[in-house]
Amino acid sequence: MPDVLIRGGRVINPANKTDAVLDVLVEDGKVKMVKKDISVKSADVIDASGLIVCPGLIDMHVHLREPGREDEETIASGTRAAVKGGFTAVACMPNTDPVVDNASVIELILERAQNEGVAHVLPVGAITKGLKGEELSEMGELIRVGAVAFSDDGNSVMNAEVMRRALEYSVMLDALIIVHAEDMNLSGRGQMNEGFYSTLLGLKGVPVAAEEIMIARDMILAEMIEARVHITHVSTAGSVRLIRQAKERGVRVTCEATPHHLVLTEALLESYDTNYKVNPPLRTEVDVLALREGLKEGTIDAIASDHAPHALHEKEREFDYAPFGIVGLETTLPLMLTELVESGELSYTQLIEKLSCNPARILGLEAGSLSVGSPANVTVFDPKVKVKVDVSSFESKSRNSPLSGWELIGMAKYVLVDGKLVLRDGRVA
Amino acid sequence: MQLKSKDLLGIRELDGEEIELILDTAESFREISTRAVKKVPTLRGRTIVSLFLEPSTRTRVSFELAGKRLSADVVNISARASAVAKGECLKDTAKTIEAMNADLVVMRHSAAGAPHFLAKLIECGVINAGDGAHEHPTQALLDLFTIKERLGKIEGLQVVVIGDIAHSRVARSNILALTKLGARVTVVGPPTLIPMGIGEMGCEVSYDLDTVLGQADVVYALRIQLERQTETLFPSLREYAALFGLNEERAGRLKKNALIMHPGPMNRGIEITAEVADLPQSVVTDQVANGVAVRMAILYLLIGGGEGA
Ligand SMILES: [Zn+2]
Repeated sequence: MPDVLIRGGRVINPANKTDAVLDVLVEDGKVKMVKKDISVKSADVIDASGLIVCPGLIDMHVHLREPGREDEETIASGTRAAVKGGFTAVACMPNTDPVVDNASVIELILERAQNEGVAHVLPVGAITKGLKGEELSEMGELIRVGAVAFSDDGNSVMNAEVMRRALEYSVMLDALIIVHAEDMNLSGRGQMNEGFYSTLLGLKGVPVAAEEIMIARDMILAEMIEARVHITHVSTAGSVRLIRQAKERGVRVTCEATPHHLVLTEALLESYDTNYKVNPPLRTEVDVLALREGLKEGTIDAIASDHAPHALHEKEREFDYAPFGIVGLETTLPLMLTELVESGELSYTQLIEKLSCNPARILGLEAGSLSVGSPANVTVFDPKVKVKVDVSSFESKSRNSPLSGWELIGMAKYVLVDGKLVLRDGRVA
Repeated sequence: MQLKSKDLLGIRELDGEEIELILDTAESFREISTRAVKKVPTLRGRTIVSLFLEPSTRTRVSFELAGKRLSADVVNISARASAVAKGECLKDTAKTIEAMNADLVVMRHSAAGAPHFLAKLIECGVINAGDGAHEHPTQALLDLFTIKERLGKIEGLQVVVIGDIAHSRVARSNILALTKLGARVTVVGPPTLIPMGIGEMGCEVSYDLDTVLGQADVVYALRIQLERQTETLFPSLREYAALFGLNEERAGRLKKNALIMHPGPMNRGIEITAEVADLPQSVVTDQVANGVAVRMAILYLLIGGGEGA
């Protein structure tokens, strides 16, 4: 592996408050030197002038579909999509087939990632066996073989007693529980946010209470048990308020929002386009504003795509019958640069914190930093280039993005994973 | 004047002028139904596919009759016969319809938005004959036709719609159509059956039938689905009938000329008693008869343009 010299980029490393035009030298998979005008005899030199160099982005919520639905995504295609989108690591959710509730599935995922993946794959184990919400999975064993956190994502742990025990058990392991907050009785067969639009469109609604009740419950449990919880894909103004209050009380809670919940609203469902069908559902303008406020003030720690690939024939159906989910790995960075940074709501540093430093901290990874000696996971992006979203050019096997044709600003140009150049001039190696 | 779209997907997509056009055209077609030979050659050689993917006899028969009276060929694809029941997706059904060279598809589906999905896939027009809890535009149009026939106008009327607004496509289409022509609509029912945000569609909401009955020019009782009780939406049919049923006592407090309507089929004794259904103010059978004329008008306006008009 040759040394890599990233020359003349604007280096933003929130970990040590660096924001300056510097060179970054990568040697033996580590950041060797970060300073002005580094000269070396031989290295792969990247001209990063006009580009931003930051710690590798981490998407803490993706669905890679392998094992089970390799027609929709594989570890190979999903990590290529990640790298294309500027991510050096992804945390994959356990709702595969079979479910990630035993060591052998984690071993399989890690082996595939080792052999076929181009980015780091961080498996999330199931909280309960089969995601059924009944019996705890062997969390100790799952951590031993490489689980970075636990979640029943896609399902909710409906039984408060089971959640209580999961949180208690997690304390012993210092494990993180990732909460998909949804009262499944209240959400029922709901298809979209409940309100004027669901009434107008005749689609069954999911009330905001379905999410907020579970967040409230789990804040209470986490407080009682002093466990660590992370609320995934927060989508309502009320959820932001509940988490803000819990944080003020000292509850050990973090949370994240998705790009689609930060940008899109339920009004778009008027077309009955199933690419807008997602769980939790797209909400109202008021919710979008509250999420953005939460992001700015720090109540929302991270941005994660909830990349959820689906086969075309399953999405091209009547709205009621189509599956929930949006692919996001390849659009998250440009969409957030356009909507949050270009608009002046977040600085580049803040966005990098939400997409790299904070996910690393929440998941307890040795990542999210460009400081000398750190593993060389580096993202280099062009913050000003205009791009048009073309779903047919996705590295992902699936195309279910509502952003097709959108004009965005910014894209990843180079990505290094442990010192290896896996994205070069916007192309996956 | 013509309709602006090749499809009739909902009242929402129509403007007031288009609604008036359909009602006026229906007026001229109604006369045909009273003739000895109830057939005109207007749509000879045209093919209408009747795609009913949810069981419905009344609406299907009404469209079939409307098509036949205009001399169109009407081909039925019913839920059981069609491959949809075997899991064939609507996309494949659309290809089959294209291959049949149909001029128009009349579609009933249990999923909201299904006709919109189909309309994007095929060249020919699509009429929504009811999609889930979304819209049932031809029902609303025949209801407006019936009201106008009896009361001479729509504008300024006070219409009270009673019952399961949440699951009713008839309610949605009627609220939209009536308010577009200047009527005032109040929906009445238990809060469990009144969907969130309905007021933003331009109607008033009440939970007390007895306070709104007296001002009504039209009371419209919706069919109550018996399974709503098990969904905890109301405690019992008995209590529902007591609070929201149209009985003789309530009918006695209506204005003298007020109309009583129901989209059928009725659960007699629940949302409406047998006695009230048979009162002279009840126009339930007129609704059925007018349905054919209104549907003839819609078929004519969508595919009869230029020929035989
Ligand atoms: Zn989830």
